[in-house]
Amino acid sequence: MGKVDLLRVIFISWTLLALLGCGQSNTVKLTITGSSTIAPLVMELGRAFEKQQPGVRIDVQTGGSSRGIADIRAGISNIGMVSRNLKISEKDLFPHTIAYDGITLILNKSNPVSVLTDEQIIEIFRGNIRNWDEVGGPNQSITVINKAEGRSTLELFLNYFKLENRAIKADVVIGDNQQGIKTVVGNPWAIGYVSVGAAEYEEKHGSAIKLLGVGGENASIAAVKQGHYPLSRPLNIVTVDKPEGLTKAFINFAQSSKASAFVEEQYFIPINAH
Amino acid sequence: MRTNRFVQVSLKVSALLAASVLLFILYFLVQESIPLIKTLGVGAFFQGGWYPLEGEYSLTPMLLGSLYIAIGAVALAAPLGIVVAIFGQFYAPVLLGKVYRGMVELLSGIPSVVYGFWGLTVLVPWITNWVPPGTSVLAGIIVLARMVLPLVVLTADSAISNVPRDYIRSAQALGLARWGIIYRLVLPVALPGILSGIMLQSGRALGETMAILMVTGNVVQLPEGLFKPVRTLTANIALEMAYAVDSHRVALFISGLLLLLMTVFIVSIAHYLKGRRFA
Repeated sequence: MGKVDLLRVIFISWTLLALLGCGQSNTVKLTITGSSTIAPLVMELGRAFEKQQPGVRIDVQTGGSSRGIADIRAGISNIGMVSRNLKISEKDLFPHTIAYDGITLILNKSNPVSVLTDEQIIEIFRGNIRNWDEVGGPNQSITVINKAEGRSTLELFLNYFKLENRAIKADVVIGDNQQGIKTVVGNPWAIGYVSVGAAEYEEKHGSAIKLLGVGGENASIAAVKQGHYPLSRPLNIVTVDKPEGLTKAFINFAQSSKASAFVEEQYFIPINAH
Repeated sequence: MRTNRFVQVSLKVSALLAASVLLFILYFLVQESIPLIKTLGVGAFFQGGWYPLEGEYSLTPMLLGSLYIAIGAVALAAPLGIVVAIFGQFYAPVLLGKVYRGMVELLSGIPSVVYGFWGLTVLVPWITNWVPPGTSVLAGIIVLARMVLPLVVLTADSAISNVPRDYIRSAQALGLARWGIIYRLVLPVALPGILSGIMLQSGRALGETMAILMVTGNVVQLPEGLFKPVRTLTANIALEMAYAVDSHRVALFISGLLLLLMTVFIVSIAHYLKGRRFA
């Protein structure tokens, strides 16, 4: 490469670098961060909202409920997404419920076990029941799938069963719902827990899993909708102050009947359903 | 000669920028880690368990997990890679050798997530039938070995092709057999290059994240056997970073610092080996 060519390459790359810094334009931006459970829904809502209000840009980033709270407190984002009830230490914040979701246990379709009591589930996750033949299944050892520390699904699961995370004897620790479903599909003797919406969607679309409810209830979107499925949670978007202006407009839109269609598309349950 | 000066300055600035990135990363990691290390002491990160929400931050299981899987993968990939490189250089017909090398280069370009997906949907279920739960040290080693193999082949290949042709011709003139030439002459001369290539791949193996995260089960425990699940330092960061706050987050930065130090150590060994001669 000649001297002049080299010069040109350097010049062009530095110009590009400088250009990257000046992508600002005069649109108004609303930054929303938090739970990866809620993010796909808020992205869809954001797209519809952008169409309604030209000049507005909705920027959605995931990172979990805890990150959603941390970001609005730090002023990095305008709205946080939190897939659980607020904790006592978070009571100064303003939650706005936009949908509901439930958690279900999932088994591989080829597993003949179809009912487990809450006590049996607790003993399985504690490692006291290690073989399916102790709960009416074949003589196969159980693979327990748990969620990684910090996830709101894990918190909700532990709270419902009054378990401590260190008491759980897991064989596999997963990150998101999809990884959990893929693991159960690949292992006929695994047991895990994921969001009802995700599980019902995957089951309908041919994944080899089946849903197993808790507290004697069947796990289904319908059951969560009717409000009697015990292991369910609200999906909230949260603000630091009483919402005003654009933030308020977006929250109103997310809670309106127009939003219900988007909520149902994501296999969640609309707030005005019950 | 104004152009000349300009090119020189631009090159120097670019080089400095590239080099300072490493220092900045190191500085950043140390700065983030120091407060927690000061309050808890270094020992806290090597004993107890990993319950970050309850104040226990032992990284020992993850450290050993990373080491076991990286060493296992390299031990599996290195002999295979050297054999493949020798085949390509000395035994394969010229055309086949070229096609073969092209395919290996292509293999090295496959994204790690693809290997991970293969591991999750094919390898893990296969091991599960054999010894449940399937997600295990072994699955991690096999997936990682598949990933580093092409690069081991390529570095070994280039080390072998750097052996002066004169040596080989002289040996042939002396009437040595092909295997004798390879075993007694080519391998000893190429060894420093091959070894340093292998060490560099170990560094890469330590840093691999996605594919490993998908197949090793990620349970925090001391690796007790090939069929037991284990969590690596990289998987620990990737699984928990998005959800971590406060001390938990700092503990993950310390995982990163530990990983960086290990990589620096390994790359230094590679550098040292490259300067040595074994023949």
